[in-house]
Amino acid sequence: MASPLEQFEIHPIVPIHIGSADLSFTNSSLWMVAATAAATIFLTLSTRRRALVPGRWQALAELSYEFIAGLIRDNVGDEGRRYFPLIFTLFMFILFGNLLGLIPYSFTFTSHLAVTAALAVFVIVGVTMVGIVKHGLHYFTFFVPQGVPAVMLPLMIPIEIVSYLSRPLSLSIRLFANMMAGHTMIKVFASFVFSLGAVSFGIGGLAPLAMNVALVGFELLVAFLQAYVFTVLTCLYLNDALHLH
Amino acid sequence: MNERDTPPQLNELDAKLRAARAARDAKENEGATRSNQSGVGFAFRIGVELVAALIVGVGIGLFLDRWLDTAPWFLIGFFFIGAGAGIVNVYRATSRYGLAVGYHVPADETVEPREAETSADGSAKDAEIGERTAKE
Repeated sequence: MASPLEQFEIHPIVPIHIGSADLSFTNSSLWMVAATAAATIFLTLSTRRRALVPGRWQALAELSYEFIAGLIRDNVGDEGRRYFPLIFTLFMFILFGNLLGLIPYSFTFTSHLAVTAALAVFVIVGVTMVGIVKHGLHYFTFFVPQGVPAVMLPLMIPIEIVSYLSRPLSLSIRLFANMMAGHTMIKVFASFVFSLGAVSFGIGGLAPLAMNVALVGFELLVAFLQAYVFTVLTCLYLNDALHLH
Repeated sequence: MNERDTPPQLNELDAKLRAARAARDAKENEGATRSNQSGVGFAFRIGVELVAALIVGVGIGLFLDRWLDTAPWFLIGFFFIGAGAGIVNVYRATSRYGLAVGYHVPADETVEPREAETSADGSAKDAEIGERTAKE
């Protein structure tokens, strides 16, 4: 039987080698394109009619818009509005990646640390640049905690810097570990359905099958929740960068 | 399309929408606890925060040791700094900011995210911290 981890394997679809670099178009890239295309098609088609009283699709598009706009308003404030396109794109990309990954035989690109780490590093570098552009060198007072005696500063500043550097790591590990764990679990229980069913004329397979139904529902929740958490943390980091103490 | 021929209905709808929104907001404020994350999710998040800082600390230590040929001193030093940073991360995640590894208490509490109650002066802050920790 196939290993539960086989679903995370990356296969090149269109091999592209430039020099020594392997830039192949893989199944991971294919599903990233699919997520981008699905999000674009969803938003373009659902907002095409622009009715004053929205239909179902338009309501869904407006809901996602208002959801992210509210998130930015609550967590960053009015200054954050300029960053709405970035944050909305990030949310939709991760959300569609997570959701498309739940379709059988598809590939979940957010279950790869390389992808989530690239997103997280992009966010952190971007947010740091926003902070430096806005505050100049004053931004680095960020690493000096408030209300700490001067004697403790040589210890606290390295701790703050390491803590700052751990942000992209925890951001990316959280998303990738959740997606990978969930998908592995579904696959493990699916293999129980087969192996238990085979030795008990199919009756033994019912319990893990019921479990799997519950797990898929749970994964839908996780798919949304993790996209939400990634977005909220991006907002909070942006808030930190925009509003120094 | 609709707005030209049916203004009275729209006004009605507008009033209804406003009433519904007010009712929803009231309900949300009533149960303003953070129920959108399960306990397991929160525990997992804390674990990640703790380990991520340790990984960064150890990584910096190993890199400096390899670069400056001083093994194992930077590794030892940054191991403890990473552990400290992990604990700082967890402390911050659990005490003040809902989801954040936040850094500074904002000067004015108006930028504080997702909190219903606001306080203008810093003297009330300590009491507030205790209150929130107890809530969670």
